Amino acid sequence: MMTDTATVIKTPLYKRPRCLTDEVTHYCSGCGHGIMHRMLAELIDELDIREKTIGIAPVGCAVLAYNYIDIDWSEAAHGRPPAVATGIKRVQPDKIVFTYQGDGDLASIGMAETIHAANRGENITIIFINNGIYAMTQGQMAPTTLAGQVTTTTPRGRSVEEEGPPIKVCELLQGFERVRLLARTAVNSPENVRKTRKLLKKALMYQIEGTGFSLIEVLSACPTYWRKTPQDCSDFIENVMSATFPLRVFKDTGKGLP
Amino acid sequence: MTENKGKILFSGNEAAAEAAIRAGCKFYAGYPITPQNELIAYMADQLPLRDGVFVQAESELAAINMVFGAAASGVRTMTSSSSPGISLKQEGISYIAGSELPAVIINVQRGGPGLGGIGSAQGDYFQSTRSGGHGDYRCMVLAPATAQEMADMTFLAFDLADMYRMPVIVLSDAVTGQMMEGICFDDMEEPKKWSKPWALTGATGRERNIVHSFHLDQEELENFNKKLQAKYEAIKQKECRFETAGGDAPEYVMVAFGSCARTLKQIVTDPPEELKGKLGLFRPITLWPFPGEALAQYAASAKGVLTVEMNAGQMVEDVRLTVNGKIPVHLMPHPGGGIPVEARIRKKLTSLFCDDPPKQ
Repeated sequence: MMTDTATVIKTPLYKRPRCLTDEVTHYCSGCGHGIMHRMLAELIDELDIREKTIGIAPVGCAVLAYNYIDIDWSEAAHGRPPAVATGIKRVQPDKIVFTYQGDGDLASIGMAETIHAANRGENITIIFINNGIYAMTQGQMAPTTLAGQVTTTTPRGRSVEEEGPPIKVCELLQGFERVRLLARTAVNSPENVRKTRKLLKKALMYQIEGTGFSLIEVLSACPTYWRKTPQDCSDFIENVMSATFPLRVFKDTGKGLP
Repeated sequence: MTENKGKILFSGNEAAAEAAIRAGCKFYAGYPITPQNELIAYMADQLPLRDGVFVQAESELAAINMVFGAAASGVRTMTSSSSPGISLKQEGISYIAGSELPAVIINVQRGGPGLGGIGSAQGDYFQSTRSGGHGDYRCMVLAPATAQEMADMTFLAFDLADMYRMPVIVLSDAVTGQMMEGICFDDMEEPKKWSKPWALTGATGRERNIVHSFHLDQEELENFNKKLQAKYEAIKQKECRFETAGGDAPEYVMVAFGSCARTLKQIVTDPPEELKGKLGLFRPITLWPFPGEALAQYAASAKGVLTVEMNAGQMVEDVRLTVNGKIPVHLMPHPGGGIPVEARIRKKLTSLFCDDPPKQ
């Protein structure tokens, strides 16, 4: 047994992607950001686009994403990544530009930027991490907080009558004619991680082709502010969250825009 | 006729737009607001034909953040608006300053506060010369008084922005932006090329670049702030611009900027009888850095100062800081939009400085 383990370590099958830096992330145990960062780094390696990829980090838990993926990055003010991405992509159309945003950043303070970038059909990729809560600021209601869900600003549960129901971004953007790929996935199980990887790869490939406004919404756990164990979080995504936010491809124009 | 040779009839707004394109502006994002609409229309028409990108943004917030992205990419970039829209851009301007990106912002001022009006005003002096958004930062502020200067100062603004990696504001107003005058672009040289090794162009054959203003470590943030302040000190030493009219050591000094200074220039060239040979005009061209030392020198032997502004009295605070109580500083405010009438200024001058004894 000892000999076998040593052999495995000498020739590891599961290596750190070239694009993932050696930093220890600041994310909590059971958070989905780590999975998504690694997936993104793997795909940048696989598509061989490291030297022409520019990421836009949000304000939220992923504000320090630029510490973990070894590419050019810009920070953006809260909610403004799609506008910053528009500026970058319009003057450098040959670069691969993505934003990495949470639900508060994308669907609350930055909703106008999201909608208008989608409507223009900017050739960018938006990675939308939906955990239904403002986690960096310690657990307030997000635009995607579920009805009845308890947060620090909805201590008696989100009231649909007072706060409105959770906003469904994919459903909202579905009718925008210049959107090429729109899908909601999750990273709560190996199967869902594999599906997410496939969709994100497709989104990046559409951008490489040149007409790829794509948004991949990823349901992701926040054990700290959901106040659940990582396993309970996975079950919550599977059984509760995905009932409000169904996992599916909402739009895929295939070979190009009509 | 000869003095108009080589000139074309342009509004100040169009002049600024044309100058920006000649300065190598490759990206412009804007949002409609009066009285700067000629500028955005000119950019929409001309920029795509001249190797640039025009975007009508969904909001002022989006416009300034698109400019942030283009600036981070290393290209020359600009946005424009008028007072209420400039208020909306303040968050982005703070981020541009905090990320040390070069960008040009044109403010064709209108009356305020709130929605205000669309008449000419200078009510954004404080907002422009202090940090209009959050945090300890400054923008360089150039104040044109003519359509020609809107062109020249916009052209200059791009160089200053690149040189110091900071936002530069061209602080105009409705009159200067909308009035049509003969403009000459012949003196504009080829834009300078600046090396921008910090730009986000994809990490090809180099370490990755990160454009950010976030410094969680307190000591790191303090050091970054000190670095910014050192830059601002250097700018104060090198970049003060002003002009004077009238005598070299006048008994009475008028201070004004922008279109207001233009009215006062008229008075200095033909002063009231009692003030002949005694009156001078000091016009700050850079509002930040404020040319305080030059003003102190100019007013060294003066008995009185009159500041005329198209606001309730904003620059007067910098004038008072400059003369530091040595000379009485009077204010003729004209807030809310509209231009002070020459006759009224003349009356104010004689009542202040020609009465016996002069008012303190």
